[in-house]
Amino acid sequence: MNNTVGQVSEHTITRAHLSEAVHQKVGLSRNESSAFVERVLDEIAARLTRGETVKLSSFGTFMVRSKGGRVGRNPKTGQEVPIEPRRVLIFRPSHVLKDRINGGPLPDEAAGTVAEPDQV
Amino acid sequence: MIKSELVQQLADQNPHLYQRDIELIVATIFEEITQALSRGDRVELRGFGAFSVKSRPARTGRNPRTGAPVQVLEKHVPFFKTGKELRERLNPGLADQED
Repeated sequence: MNNTVGQVSEHTITRAHLSEAVHQKVGLSRNESSAFVERVLDEIAARLTRGETVKLSSFGTFMVRSKGGRVGRNPKTGQEVPIEPRRVLIFRPSHVLKDRINGGPLPDEAAGTVAEPDQV
Repeated sequence: MIKSELVQQLADQNPHLYQRDIELIVATIFEEITQALSRGDRVELRGFGAFSVKSRPARTGRNPRTGAPVQVLEKHVPFFKTGKELRERLNPGLADQED
């Protein structure tokens, strides 16, 4: 049994891939497709910056959380460093996304019941 | 904001497109990200953030009601790390700190 919690990444997908997919599927020009990918990300970022929560059904929820200040420590030197209060972004994946990443519905660990069927 | 509000806003700004085209654009973007993660790929959107997949090893769990041991298989979970630029936009005037 492998006890590490690691990355399983192979390739890296970027904005260019997303634009290409929009171009292929929607038939917009490559320029317009890439502008739309940017607009979508910008709009989400703008809402989050205003403190709004962004819910994308069957994908997940982005939300902003405020964290209080605390005293941190440089792990290398042991020196204390103040950490200012700040806002952090949290992404909560939807069940649909989690199921799809695991290749379909998985049994619910806690209750031993079957998870929601894949909705996409 | 929910997905339909995002679609509505983009539709208002782009009267030359049908609303169903905007819906398809938004759906395509997130479908593409989902498919990439399902393959174990990473999705890196500079300035916004990066989606990746982490593996959780198989373990022996317990049914919290009965206490009976249950084998939990290895599973993969999506993970999002906020990009530097967005982190700075959320905290204007703060020195950037990794979390």
